[in-house]
Amino acid sequence: MTTVADMTISHRDAERYEEKDFGFWLYLMSDAVIFALLFATYLIMVGNAAGGPTPKDVFELDRVVAETALLLLSSTTFGIAAVALSAGERGKVLLWLAVTFLLGAGFIYLEIGEFAGMIAEGAGPQRSGFLSAFFTLVGTHGLHVSVGLCWILVMMGQVYFKGITAPVASRLMRLGLFWHFLDIIWVVIFSVVYLPGLL
Amino acid sequence: MDIFGRLTIDSLPFYSAVAASGAAVTVLGGLAVVGAITYFGAWRMVMTQWVSSVDHKKIGIMYIMLALVMLVRGFVDAAMMRSQQAIAYNNEGYLPPDHFDQIFSSHGTIMIFFMAMPFLSGLANLIVPQQIGSRDVAFPFMNSISLWLTTAGAGLMLISLVVGKFSTAGWTAYPPYSGVQYTPGVGVDYWLWMVFISGFATTMTGINFLVTIFKCRAPGMTMFRLPLFTWTIFITSVLIIFAFPALTVACATLILDRNFGFHFFTNELGGNMMNYINLFWLWGHPEVYILILPAFGVFSEVVSTFSQKRLFGYVSLVCATIAIGLLSFTVWLHHFFTMGSSAKVNSFFGTMTAIISVPTGVKVFDWLLTMYRGRIIFKPPMLFTIGFLVTFVIGGLSGVLLALPPVDYMMHNTTFLVAHFHNMIIPGVLFGYLAGYMYWFPKAFGFKLNEKWGTRAFWCWIIGFYIAFMPLYVLGMLGFPRRMEHYEIAAWQPHLIVAWVGAVIILLGMICLAVQLIVSIRERNEALDLSGDPWNGRSLEWATSSPAAPYNFAVLPKVESRDAWWDMKRRGVAYERPLEYEDIVMPKNTYAGLVIGVAGGIFGFAAIWWMWWLALLALAVIAGTIIYRASDDDDEFVMTASEVKEIEDARFEQLAKAPKNEMADEPGYAGDAAAEPAT
Ligand code: HEM
Ligand SMILES: [Cu+2]
Repeated sequence: MTTVADMTISHRDAERYEEKDFGFWLYLMSDAVIFALLFATYLIMVGNAAGGPTPKDVFELDRVVAETALLLLSSTTFGIAAVALSAGERGKVLLWLAVTFLLGAGFIYLEIGEFAGMIAEGAGPQRSGFLSAFFTLVGTHGLHVSVGLCWILVMMGQVYFKGITAPVASRLMRLGLFWHFLDIIWVVIFSVVYLPGLL
Repeated sequence: MDIFGRLTIDSLPFYSAVAASGAAVTVLGGLAVVGAITYFGAWRMVMTQWVSSVDHKKIGIMYIMLALVMLVRGFVDAAMMRSQQAIAYNNEGYLPPDHFDQIFSSHGTIMIFFMAMPFLSGLANLIVPQQIGSRDVAFPFMNSISLWLTTAGAGLMLISLVVGKFSTAGWTAYPPYSGVQYTPGVGVDYWLWMVFISGFATTMTGINFLVTIFKCRAPGMTMFRLPLFTWTIFITSVLIIFAFPALTVACATLILDRNFGFHFFTNELGGNMMNYINLFWLWGHPEVYILILPAFGVFSEVVSTFSQKRLFGYVSLVCATIAIGLLSFTVWLHHFFTMGSSAKVNSFFGTMTAIISVPTGVKVFDWLLTMYRGRIIFKPPMLFTIGFLVTFVIGGLSGVLLALPPVDYMMHNTTFLVAHFHNMIIPGVLFGYLAGYMYWFPKAFGFKLNEKWGTRAFWCWIIGFYIAFMPLYVLGMLGFPRRMEHYEIAAWQPHLIVAWVGAVIILLGMICLAVQLIVSIRERNEALDLSGDPWNGRSLEWATSSPAAPYNFAVLPKVESRDAWWDMKRRGVAYERPLEYEDIVMPKNTYAGLVIGVAGGIFGFAAIWWMWWLALLALAVIAGTIIYRASDDDDEFVMTASEVKEIEDARFEQLAKAPKNEMADEPGYAGDAAAEPAT
């Protein structure tokens, strides 16, 4: 098996991957601003329950802790996949990507359950400014995770059919950035949205 | 559920003669374009060489074509408003209120999002890679997506004239008026989705150019050797990346409010409408600098070329650009001093606003000092630059006035404000882009634009501008509110009639621009740019042939100083023929960008009309196309050394026929680079 290290990448290709990585960083920064503004909006609106449910009424600690555990774990498993990638072990990369996918899917499953439960209790986004802001912020993160899941599937396909070629490895690198970025956003959601709501 | 969502036959504009004729013009215009392409048998060429192109120069040209079309549409709106207000004293005029409101909304939206933004992306695309000595932008395919998504937004704008009604909520769409409760119907949704989609495209353009300028410079082209235009695009890209998210969030949340019953900005159930206004201007103020910095860049290039002097105060211009970029994020609240913030908050933002005029003033002095002791050649781009300098300072002064919260309390929402921002944006942004258009046209097409008609266009624009907008300052002080459909105060009317005369003169300016283009195409053989350097230029875009080869530079230039091309001419190493050429890797053309753009437009249309099945379908097409593209590792081809040699040989043959220096016959010509003593 070849490793990424001894793959021959032309100088030009190396430059191209660097450009792509830099561009992807810029995208992440731009996306981070979106989240920052959604956080600010949430903080402005969190008191606007309009006589409806407040954070205390709707957040469930157990579920949030489970969601957090799944997502953090998925970042770890992605890390293992990345290690396997640099060792050029295709089978392991596939395996750990699959585990990451399952953990992420579990997170989404729990989140959908959370949302559905809230809506069923009459605490949907149409109920109040607070709930609109909550669903939008957490939902936007969930949407990102879902896109990430699709991306993982596509990359598993590429690893399977193309092997660990330089372009595939470079894309996996950026997928990793994306995945860890979503993890960080979740940690902030946990501390800004759920914790103060539950305390 | 109905497959057509809320779209019914009543959405067609048969309810009003004015609306129907607007729709008819739009439809006929579209048909005329299709007809013309068919008549000239040009479909093949259009498809294979243009719409599928990922060449930054062609993408740039298409952006500018879009901008010019939208300039016409935006101007028609302006002329309609001027006519309405000129006659609507004590009567209804010819436009009912609802229609008048749609017109100022579409005018502002078009001019900002679909005239100025595409013009800016177009100039950046055309010139930046050539100025930094690069063969392309960093992400040619993403560039094509940006173009077609922008076009999709503009397309929705045009479609809104035919199917359904446009927003009446102004170009800012403030809630609660723009909420469903007060404005049901599709108008605001049209506005939201077109802005959302084109904003997405702009963000990608910002990322693309930041990476391009950071990573793709020629050897020796350090940051402090970059031409000023490239510097301004660099800072503008930074602003785009950090400011556009605010617009995205503002639009997305208002979409949720309007279409899904959320309560971000509603009056009841805990909405907070001021949050929209904060978000909007958190983008909106940086946006005015996103628009104007590149125009400053154009002026910097033009003023130095046509003063035949090195730019005065290069470093101070760069620093001023960076300072403006940073400060632009600290002033947004001046758009709503009257919101009722505390005096402390208002005075902070008032002070910041006054401070931002300092770096701008620095720039004005730099340009003046570039002209000082220069030998000025009055070509049309230079005329626009001088017109800008004089007029812009007046607009800046009225801006400093408005930065004082107490004054703003008196003046806000009057035409004093309208006069102020047109006083910045017409000379600042539009003149800048028009100067860039006339300056770089030969680079894009290989022949120069007619100077006589260019000069006429300039005089009509500048005179028309003063006559159209100075009365608005007076009117504002007389208390004439903006966005007024009719009025009962006799003292206002004379000023509005004068403003109408100004608009007619601007119309002549528009006609001169059109004539200039037609005459120039007809007589192109008399104004061919054989050397690629028609203005005795200073920066690297003049080193390529006009139009440039697909790869721009057969051999990447080695840069040793600022004004790289001038320096090469001075050292006598310009036009050196390399001993041999090498293979060049180029991106392949692809229809994927067009597919994504069309699907994006369909998605927007479907979402506006609640045809959710179609929206999902369009999203699926976009996702599929992206996945397909992302799995294609064979998106480049090799242009062999012999092909390159063939193109370059033809270029050198042409050079041999070219006059040594096309500017040498100009009165006031100050000599070429070789004559300049070494520094
Ligand atoms: C070509 C000459 C132009 C004329 C005669 C013109 C005229 C007007 C008029 C009559 C209004 C409405 C003022 C009111 O509310 O009472 C207006 C608004 C506006 N114009 Fe222009 N304009 C011109 C060019 C431009 C350009 C080049 C831009 C931007 C690049 C621009 C941006 C705007 C904006 C943003 C508004 C505010 C729309 C709103 O109220 O929501 N205009 N203009
Ligand atoms: Cu501002």
